[in-house]
Amino acid sequence: MPIQLKRLLILGLVLVSIFFVLKYLLTPESFGQYGHYRGNALVENATHDAKYVGSEACVECHEDIVEEKTEGFHNTLACENCHGPGYMHVLDSENELQMPDSREFCAKCHAYNRARPANAITQIDIEDHNPEEKCIECHYPHQP
Amino acid sequence: MRNKEENLSRRRFIKKSGITVGSVLAASVIPSFNAVLFASEKPKGKGLWYGIAIDIEKCIGCGSCAKSCKIENDVPEEPFFFRSWVEQYTIKNDGSVEVVSPNGGIDGFTQTVPDDEIEKSFFVPKMCNHCYKSPCVQVCPVGATFESPDGVVLVDQTYCIGCKYCVQACPYGCRYIHPTTHVADKCTLCYHRLKKGLNPACMDNCPTTARISGDLNDPESELSKFIKTRNVYVLKPHLNTGSKLFYNALNQEVR
Repeated sequence: MPIQLKRLLILGLVLVSIFFVLKYLLTPESFGQYGHYRGNALVENATHDAKYVGSEACVECHEDIVEEKTEGFHNTLACENCHGPGYMHVLDSENELQMPDSREFCAKCHAYNRARPANAITQIDIEDHNPEEKCIECHYPHQP
Repeated sequence: MRNKEENLSRRRFIKKSGITVGSVLAASVIPSFNAVLFASEKPKGKGLWYGIAIDIEKCIGCGSCAKSCKIENDVPEEPFFFRSWVEQYTIKNDGSVEVVSPNGGIDGFTQTVPDDEIEKSFFVPKMCNHCYKSPCVQVCPVGATFESPDGVVLVDQTYCIGCKYCVQACPYGCRYIHPTTHVADKCTLCYHRLKKGLNPACMDNCPTTARISGDLNDPESELSKFIKTRNVYVLKPHLNTGSKLFYNALNQEVR
């Protein structure tokens, strides 16, 4: 074999081995475990805590209110929909939940809008329907 | 002399026919080219495979989904970033279409067009379609975004380099660059909740149960039954993204 070819061959081998060493060093742990990504990323995506704890958690202490609600029109509504996420409240009941009582809050669902399906929800003209009063003075939210 | 020529052309004819028939037979045995299969078929797999369905006929546009998503996933309130949001479509009598989404629908909607000018109007909740042929996954140069084995498109936030290529690639506008981490962020179908046995926050907080998520591979799941019994449609089917978000009663004006 001519000397220049031999040298080229050695150079080639060195470059190829450098490539493999770099590939080994730069590929993160668990890459390619399930596909072209880090397998650990699946676990990382699943670790953080849930903030909305679900109505099942509410029943444990507030059974009477939950029962009341299931008999009314708001039965499909999750407790946390109006009261906000309950993860802090579950840990310590000192952490109070939200008690929204503004007309605007009720209007998010019940103000007349042509796009709302008429049979799905009761709608009112928010300007016309007792404009000065809070909704909750006549309508009890758990059994509206 | 003449006989010899005839013999030669007969031999040539038999030879050529043999090659043709042989190659046709061989080609029929070899499986079709993968790219064609990829573009036309669903992946053959067993086990959990998440999909979503949204019933437009039930959506009242309260914005609970958008609000609970922001709270559950620490999506920045400002600027205008959403993993899940609601749009109001209004088709006017003259045929023009108006689309509004004030703060993603979180503060509710006020009708922008008077009743007598409206042909029809409806709400369209939007979120990541969790496509199985995701453009966003295909363009990622480092493998930081991927489809999980159970069919949820996720971002590896420690590995993402923030090149924004996926933000540009998503035809549904479902991705953004997080202002504090500076990497791509998107709907994870509340992967952390799914793994704890809970439903995604937007589904749990929908007052009219207009949103369902579930297992597409299970023919008995609520989702599979919903898809079977209704006229469902995906957004931008011509883009062949393999969207797994099925809408009931989707109007053709929706983009």
